[in-house]
Amino acid sequence: MNASPYSPEEASGVWVYLEHRDGKLEGVSLELLGRSRELAQETGESLTALLLGEQVEPLAEEAIAAGADRVLVAEHALLGQYTTEPFTKVITGLIVEQRPNILLLGATTNGRDLAGRLAVRLRTGLTADCTDLSIGPKSGLLLGEVTGFGHGILATIECPVHRPQMATVRPGVFPRPVADPTHSGKVERVDVILSASDQPVRVVKQTSRRAADVTQAERLVIGGRGMEGDFALLRRLAKAVHADVGATRVAVDQGWVREDRMIGQTGSVTRPKLAIICGASGAMQFTVGVKDSETIIAINSDPEAPIFEVADYCVAEDAFQVIPPLIEALRREPVEEKS
Amino acid sequence: MHTIVCLKVVPKSEEVTIDDETKTLDRSKARSEINPPDMNAVEMALKLKERNGGTVSLLAMGPPLFEPYLRLGLAMGADQAFLMSDRAFGGADTLATSYVLAEGIKAIGSFDLVLCGDESSDGATGQVPPGIAEWLGLPQATDVRRVDVSDGSLSARRELGAGSEVVEADLPCVVSVKHDVNEPRFLDSGRWDWAMNEAPVQIWSATDLEIDVEKAGVPGSPTVVAGVSVAEGADRRREFLSGSPEEIATQLADKIRAWVKP
Ligand SMILES: Cc1cc2nc3c(=O)[nH]c(=O)nc-3n(C[C@H](O)[C@H](O)[C@H](O)COP(=O)(O)OP(=O)(O)OC[C@H]3O[C@@H](n4cnc5c(N)ncnc54)[C@H](O)[C@@H]3O)c2cc1C
Ligand SMILES: Cc1cc2nc3c(=O)[nH]c(=O)nc-3n(C[C@H](O)[C@H](O)[C@H](O)COP(=O)(O)OP(=O)(O)OC[C@H]3O[C@@H](n4cnc5c(N)ncnc54)[C@H](O)[C@@H]3O)c2cc1C
Repeated sequence: MNASPYSPEEASGVWVYLEHRDGKLEGVSLELLGRSRELAQETGESLTALLLGEQVEPLAEEAIAAGADRVLVAEHALLGQYTTEPFTKVITGLIVEQRPNILLLGATTNGRDLAGRLAVRLRTGLTADCTDLSIGPKSGLLLGEVTGFGHGILATIECPVHRPQMATVRPGVFPRPVADPTHSGKVERVDVILSASDQPVRVVKQTSRRAADVTQAERLVIGGRGMEGDFALLRRLAKAVHADVGATRVAVDQGWVREDRMIGQTGSVTRPKLAIICGASGAMQFTVGVKDSETIIAINSDPEAPIFEVADYCVAEDAFQVIPPLIEALRREPVEEKS
Repeated sequence: MHTIVCLKVVPKSEEVTIDDETKTLDRSKARSEINPPDMNAVEMALKLKERNGGTVSLLAMGPPLFEPYLRLGLAMGADQAFLMSDRAFGGADTLATSYVLAEGIKAIGSFDLVLCGDESSDGATGQVPPGIAEWLGLPQATDVRRVDVSDGSLSARRELGAGSEVVEADLPCVVSVKHDVNEPRFLDSGRWDWAMNEAPVQIWSATDLEIDVEKAGVPGSPTVVAGVSVAEGADRRREFLSGSPEEIATQLADKIRAWVKP
């Protein structure tokens, strides 16, 4: 057996790893705090947030307002930018010392990079890309809900004897908690001992661009393979209904749309008031990203397409025949800007 | 320069069907293929070999039916292939999978670079490459689009959600390659006979490599599938609109306006 550093009996506490950029917590970290607050209540444990970086202490307040009872702040020049080893080393040290029961991370590029490394260093289990997290009513174990085992099938993965129980979650899976400035928590600074030899990988250049955040969109126009690359048409429709544009993985893989707009298990999970889905078949890895929409309109030329099973209004037509007159109709009597 | 590429063989995702009875994935009718980003990793390795000389090895963990796929990699231009195949490796989660692959890498011998795909098309966790790096105690660079190697060091461009970064590390290290970053070459017909018939594909069992079977397969896997359930269908209207495209467009526009207005 691969033995983890401590046993379930010795473990306590729910921990969330916080990611941040440009002096702000990432949305997925806030979402995790919100859900973890509920999980911690269920297990009767406290919620700890892990904040690593250089001069990041001011962010601790935001984490407390989002539900953390305690924020562990680790500051060091070698933590100024994410690289695998310094982050793994500092977090491993804290985990072995304080023995949390659960450790959750956002399934971002760096979150997955870190989680995959940490889980092996700690010899524990890691559930990837959960679409929900809950606590087993009898076992008290963390249950990670995952798709990918069949159409309409949800599997739960658990980690019975290794600690911490680890999982990653995609952005948007949980709603963002409303900040509660009256929630109190403590900030603990931890000692960090790192030297240059702890950083075998150095970042020599970084290019950032503003990534689209579709998780918070109120309205979405989403295109799939059936759009045959014509996202200009979808952008016009989106403009007419004041919506953001999203895409299936196929549309992203084809290079029609950038990856930050991908919706689904590998992309983002969204919960708009209105989603208009055009030329997408309705694969489960996609529909997990829209199933919480208030209203779904689907346009697909195949009347048998599974997307219609999850739609409120179904249009079994060629999208190229329906969308231009739809844009026209919306132009004649425009949609108001904001509800 | 010696590059080891980890190849997973996966069911073609578009051919996986759903068993009507159990609603679970039926992989039996699907043909297999090399996991798509792993093809990009092979191509990257072959390009590095063209530039820097050296050897490309292929490594897979899986049942004997993986062997022909390793031979395809040899026909593309790889020099040697290794298949770790043992019942004791079955049912592994990513901790156990990365342990076994790391043992295989050590058995192959000295190397400069390990290339993996960024994720498989079936399990899709992306956890195996960082896992291998940790078992080997080597630096890692994940989600990489481009690599350059010179003077024993690596420069790699990682794709991040909001941008990209260039990282540097000393070799050896472990890299995971994004899907579609290059155009995998066709099989070289001149290598075909050799690859299919003569080339050695070394098959290793747990005993061959003295692998601790308690760390492999099911015993070595901390995660378990606790249950499967049928997803509750959302309560949707599923109302089909009818008429000409223009009539449908008018109906849709009315509905959209109704929702969007206060
Ligand atoms: C591990 C894993 C993770 C994945 N993650 C995601 C994810 O996050 N997001 C995601 O989207 N996918 C994901 N996928 C892929 C997913 O399984 C599907 O392959 C994908 O969603 C299909 O995209 P699509 O609907 O655009 O294409 P298709 O399935 O090819 O569907 C195209 C549809 O367009 C319709 N059509 C064609 N022409 C027209 C027309 N003129 N007008 C109207 N309709 C038309 C067709 O009838 C068809 O239904 C994942 C897969 C795996 C294995
Ligand atoms: C639907 C589903 C969900 C799963 N969820 C989890 C989970 O949450 N946690 C967990 O621990 N396990 C999970 N598993 C099990 C996991 O898929 C297996 O452990 C698998 O052996 C490796 O993981 P992966 O396919 O996710 O690989 P990834 O980490 O996605 O693969 C990345 C790369 O690693 C290399 N690689 C991976 N496997 C091999 C191999 N056998 N031979 C050679 N190279 C390889 C390839 O280069 C590949 O491109 C899941 C399996 C399924 C089917």
